[in-house]
Amino acid sequence: MAHIQGEYPIIKVGSGAMVDYTIHCPDIVNEAKAGQFVHIRVPGFTLRRPISICEIDKEAGTLRILFDIRGEGTKELAKRKEGDLIDVMGPLGNGFDLLDKEKKAVVVGGGIGVPPMLQTAKHYGANATAIIGFRNQDLIVLEEDFKNNDVPVMLCTDDGSAGHHGLVTDMLKERIAQGPVDIVYACGPKIMLKFVAKMCQENGIRCQVSLEERMGCGVGACLVCACKTKKENGEETYSHVCKNGPVFEAEKVVFDE
Amino acid sequence: MSNLKVNVAGVEFKNPVITASGCYGFGRDYEDMYPLSALGGVALKGMTFKERLGNPPPRIAETPSGMLNSVGLQNPGVEHFLANDLPYLEKQDTVLIANIAGSTIEDYCKIAERLSDSSVHMMELNISCPNVKEGGVAFGTSCEGAAGIVREVRKFCKKPLMVKLSPNVTDIVSIAKAVEAEGADAVSLINTLLGMRIDINSRRPILRNNVGGLSGPAVFPVAVRMVWQVANAVKIPVVGMGGIEKWQDGIEMMMAGASAIQMGASLFYDPMAPVKVVEGMNKWLDENHIENISDIVGTVKPW
Repeated sequence: MAHIQGEYPIIKVGSGAMVDYTIHCPDIVNEAKAGQFVHIRVPGFTLRRPISICEIDKEAGTLRILFDIRGEGTKELAKRKEGDLIDVMGPLGNGFDLLDKEKKAVVVGGGIGVPPMLQTAKHYGANATAIIGFRNQDLIVLEEDFKNNDVPVMLCTDDGSAGHHGLVTDMLKERIAQGPVDIVYACGPKIMLKFVAKMCQENGIRCQVSLEERMGCGVGACLVCACKTKKENGEETYSHVCKNGPVFEAEKVVFDE
Repeated sequence: MSNLKVNVAGVEFKNPVITASGCYGFGRDYEDMYPLSALGGVALKGMTFKERLGNPPPRIAETPSGMLNSVGLQNPGVEHFLANDLPYLEKQDTVLIANIAGSTIEDYCKIAERLSDSSVHMMELNISCPNVKEGGVAFGTSCEGAAGIVREVRKFCKKPLMVKLSPNVTDIVSIAKAVEAEGADAVSLINTLLGMRIDINSRRPILRNNVGGLSGPAVFPVAVRMVWQVANAVKIPVVGMGGIEKWQDGIEMMMAGASAIQMGASLFYDPMAPVKVVEGMNKWLDENHIENISDIVGTVKPW
């Protein structure tokens, strides 16, 4: 697995509910796949910030990332302007396993779990369905981006201020009832992933989830980003989000850690 | 081009920069950024006789100029290492330092014996891991405990034996002297300083283990002080570590008395840091017309 590190220019700063940077980094883009992440250095902070890749434009040589301001580090990182350089290491981790474009895919994203779903859904275009959930209407991102790529969107909010008033799993149930689904990809809060995985298992649908954990090196050397998984023999062990993931087959993940 | 070679306990390193145990896995994770041969040596991930799963996550917390970790010695066990990692590592033209740990003296002896006939060049006795409940730092915080384990492991270890010391003690010098007296060939210091962070909203410690080891630039002055004190008190070589991130830090640590240095936490924000330190040291030596890097070891002129 190649990982590259360097300083690259931000060529576009989007407006919206999340911080939205498009970064020109052709060498990283060349290697990048949907579901992978980049590890971003924030001057003055010891740890890089792992951020999932939202969009990959091979022709333009650009990556797009979206993130929320969660603490001091992301607050600092959010101050970048067009033309600023940003220290990016990547692409890291294993991406989603993308099937034939004709297959029927459902991407399920909750909040900050929505961005990695865009590149994944684009692979399938109209054969994908995007089920995206947010706390309220002010926090919605990427709805238009999915639609612009012919991906039908099922929108949910916790407070009912937009779309379905309720959980993404309500919409997933509805989508499964509508017709065949070959694969489900999910990213979001662990509790959401747990119920998405359960629903897929009950319906015999393959499901891949992208996990999050506090991370150090990003390449598998320091072993801090442990997540509980099942080995082939069913025994539980600790895998690492950065190197073994962030994408795992849902049936291999132990959600009740 | 100055001579960057250093010798620690009879082992020659092409340069004094070693990646610290626990921060560099078994050497494979950074290999596409630079070859391992660019490094003087690699202190491998702490190993136990049997596989260990380590502590539950979260295992890391950011701190001002540093970080806490509570990995808890997750490793696949010595047999897995010998079968899967060592065949690769022995071809990489760098010094291999096996970091060994355990819960009982017997565990340490078994792993030392098993590695004695392997191609690792040195062993680093880990009696300073703050993240395991049994063993680890329990051996490293008293002179009797440290002397006792070195005495026993020495009987089985046929490689140069370096003892990694804990800074979580009242008097690190007396512990260094105790392990020297039992036949340690070198000491390395400092391991991490025990620390804690709390999420004020949930009132929960950020680390699931509640406490963990502090590393990064925040600990550098503590490390320099301890290396200086120990180097002045023992005759065996001292390998200095703790918060080194740039070449100036490396020179400073060597002037304090370190024959070689280890780098860990800095890798996480700058994976190229060890290579940059080697380059920077070389340039500084040239500019100052110093022929051998070993000539600067312990040359601080205290007031």
